[in-house]
Amino acid sequence: MRQVDIFKKAGVFAENKDIARDIRLKEIIPALDKKEPIMLNFERVGSTTQSFIHALISDAIRKYGNNSLDEITFKGCNKNIQQIIKIVVEYMQDGINNGMDDKKT
Amino acid sequence: MLVHLPNSAFLGNIDYFLRNLDLTSSSDSLKITANEKWISVHPVVLSLVSSLGLKLGPGKTSCEQLTAASKHYIVRMGLLKFLAVASDISIIEHEPAGRFIPITQIQTSGELSKFITEMIPLLHLQAEQSETIGYIVSELVSNVIEHAQSEHGGIICAQYYKKSNSIRIGIADTGVGIKSTITRFHRAKTDLDAIKLALRPGITGTTWKEGGTEQNAGAGLFFIKSIANVNRDFFIIYSGNGFYKLLKKASSTKSLTLNIDPFQDRHSKIDDLPYWQGTVVGVDITLDQTREFSLLLRAIRDTYTKDVREKRKMRYKKPRFI
Repeated sequence: MRQVDIFKKAGVFAENKDIARDIRLKEIIPALDKKEPIMLNFERVGSTTQSFIHALISDAIRKYGNNSLDEITFKGCNKNIQQIIKIVVEYMQDGINNGMDDKKT
Repeated sequence: MLVHLPNSAFLGNIDYFLRNLDLTSSSDSLKITANEKWISVHPVVLSLVSSLGLKLGPGKTSCEQLTAASKHYIVRMGLLKFLAVASDISIIEHEPAGRFIPITQIQTSGELSKFITEMIPLLHLQAEQSETIGYIVSELVSNVIEHAQSEHGGIICAQYYKKSNSIRIGIADTGVGIKSTITRFHRAKTDLDAIKLALRPGITGTTWKEGGTEQNAGAGLFFIKSIANVNRDFFIIYSGNGFYKLLKKASSTKSLTLNIDPFQDRHSKIDDLPYWQGTVVGVDITLDQTREFSLLLRAIRDTYTKDVREKRKMRYKKPRFI
């Protein structure tokens, strides 16, 4: 299983979206392309932002549907990080089958 | 252009200061005047003045001699130094620990990360409070870096107020403004319409898709407004001619209910302020009232999820009966 240490890449406050994008493009999407499980390790990360998590995982859910969540594991998340991940995962899944991508507002 | 630093300009009464800005675009110089006796202003005022002076360039800003007893505050926050305005006011330099974050220019996400890392220890906050403040700063400055297209990035400063035990943060840019960004993919007739859309989760200036792009969700401002709302604090946005102010909730209100529509919150709005080319945001966070971040996140999650599901229902086709 591929593993990504978020603390090593983004620090104790994971907020830099450029870093999130790099992890997404270099680790998450390639893993999902190969149907390879991937673990995002949040140990030692104290907090994050919704924007960081969105930049990290939303595209995986958009491209691969909620099956992508079978391949991604989140390790060592504190309760706030868990809440933020749940927010992003929920609104992305809610959007998958309701025209989020093909309806103009 | 003329900016007068008044006796008092905080988020509760900032409307008067903004109405009296002279932002005549034909002028390529900025004059700063000030109340003769006392100057007491929110950091957002200093961010606004700094970004304006920075846009005009070196040598274009002048400041009348400051006589107010509190003039040292202006110097200590770095306004005159930032704008390269000569001053004979002497101050005793000291570490800003626990008191203020001087005027700082941020142009890249790397600079933002460094700023947050350095800011949190300076403010001497408890872990829960620093999480909230760091969150707000990150989302606000990220918005500027990604959407404002400002040559000068964002100008930010913050102040801790002992009496009210609050942190007050101001950030300003002289970029394209919210309406220009939002109307790339959404309809907004006025600056105020654009601000309203920008405050709704899932609406971003980078796509017409609800839910945003792979890099933008369009939820940052909704989160910040929500943080201010549940903590019963002020929050303002000023862009173009439009101005939105989240007013304080009654202290008896303990509900964590959030509104998707910012106009359903207790607020005031103005649509004819002097035109600000860019965006200005100010927020107060009263530390005594800071609700547990996890409770806030749960409330945001409930509200956000409900909104997405309601939008989904609105798209359901209805059976046609003849």
